[in-house]
Amino acid sequence: MIQLADLHKAFGAKKVLQGLELQVDRGESRVIIGGSGSGKSVILKHIIGILKPDKGDVFIEGVNISILEDNELYEIRKKFGMLFQMAALFDSMNVWENVGFGLTRQKIKKPKDVKEIAIEKLKMVGLVGVENLSPAELSGGMKKRVGLARAIAHEPEILLYDEPTTGLDPITADAINNLIVEMRERLSVTSIAITHDMNSAYKIADRISMLYEGKIIQTGSSDEIKKTENPVVKQFITGSAVGPIKVEGVNHERIFNRA
Amino acid sequence: MQCLEWFGKKIIIFSEQLGLILLLLLSTLKQMIIPPFEMRNTVKQMLEIGVRSLPVVLVTAIFTGMVFALQTYTAFKRFGATEMVGTVVALSMTRELGPVLTGLIVAGRAGAAMAAELGTMRVTEQIDALETLATNPVKYLIVPRFISGLLMLPAVTIVADFIGIIGGYIVTVGMFKTSSVVYWKRTWNYLEFSDIYNGLIKACFFGAAIALVSCYKGFYTSGGAEGVGKATTGAVVLSSMTILISDYFLSNWLFR
Repeated sequence: MIQLADLHKAFGAKKVLQGLELQVDRGESRVIIGGSGSGKSVILKHIIGILKPDKGDVFIEGVNISILEDNELYEIRKKFGMLFQMAALFDSMNVWENVGFGLTRQKIKKPKDVKEIAIEKLKMVGLVGVENLSPAELSGGMKKRVGLARAIAHEPEILLYDEPTTGLDPITADAINNLIVEMRERLSVTSIAITHDMNSAYKIADRISMLYEGKIIQTGSSDEIKKTENPVVKQFITGSAVGPIKVEGVNHERIFNRA
Repeated sequence: MQCLEWFGKKIIIFSEQLGLILLLLLSTLKQMIIPPFEMRNTVKQMLEIGVRSLPVVLVTAIFTGMVFALQTYTAFKRFGATEMVGTVVALSMTRELGPVLTGLIVAGRAGAAMAAELGTMRVTEQIDALETLATNPVKYLIVPRFISGLLMLPAVTIVADFIGIIGGYIVTVGMFKTSSVVYWKRTWNYLEFSDIYNGLIKACFFGAAIALVSCYKGFYTSGGAEGVGKATTGAVVLSSMTILISDYFLSNWLFR
């Protein structure tokens, strides 16, 4: 179980998280939605311990990771796999070395077996014959798949997805969504995805939480979120520029007048 | 009042930077002694910092030795001390020019490359990815560069010292037709072992400083491609300044 309790984080004067509470059960697939710059990535970085909270605690399977020493934190991180928004593949390595990186570093497998396992994981995400290419030779969708193969290579218990479909065409995005659902079913992992792509959220989530002004303002199943009466959530899921969420630098009067 | 505010801000930024560099140094030293050791990465960085910097260092060293001999010869001729040219070239190269010029060239070449590579890794989240794969980025990225700087700069410097002396020889003996025996005799008579190893101690310090400063600039990059550009420029400027300023204090300590 993952639990975030009274989490506060500010960068300079900008308060990003302001007493955030979140609980994700084991085996659950949770999606966190919220606007650009609302702090969704910051939540993921707290869960995996890359960022430390200014106040509050992060519990992973009952262990408070916000007070751990570095070496203890690296042990906990072995439970995690993370897919980054732009895939974050290592430029200096080819595809299979990227996928096998965690296995080699964590000495989970013998070096001679790593390539074979990497190829097998690449197959799981639908990629064949790309193992010797460099990341620069891959398309955006392929990079995401390689990133996913790298995230699952060491068979983690928890998978984190940072905007898994952003920047992809709708068809590739749907293929990635299918992969995420398939990963959950085949590997029975706990997963947390952050996105502002509602199609993706409805498809992959058991439950959806909405982040607004540093707090989770509503959590519910896809159906509950679709039928919400909360004006903030409603505005977000319908994608309207008009409503309680103000878009920075946009003059609403002009939008009305034009309409 | 505004001037004071500006000055105060600069002092705060400077102290913050210095603090972060010191923390990074402590973390690097700690990770250096904890196994496993990053042998593969360290060898790769040694090639990058040492072997690949060698051609440009050699060209610089030979021409510096040559121009130094040329200037010294023509000046010393005025008071009939031309036989001392070998001594002057050897002492200048080993004590001062070898380590400083090598440091400046490596700062421009390898320091810039370190900052650009780490900066790009930071802005494309590759450093975060390392963390999520349970790999300490200081150990994986910075320790190999730090060790390579520390070991390879003196190695390149000793070659530069020797080539500089050869450059001096070419001009003094080849161009001005001074006796070859006199050049070498004057070189070895007055050159002490301490001149060489104190120069190399300076080179060790410069190598470590270049790696630390450049890695610091790259590691804490923010702001996309523009940020990487700024980090790279900042790394070269700060490394060069560190070399030139610390050179005075190190020389004062080592050679007085």
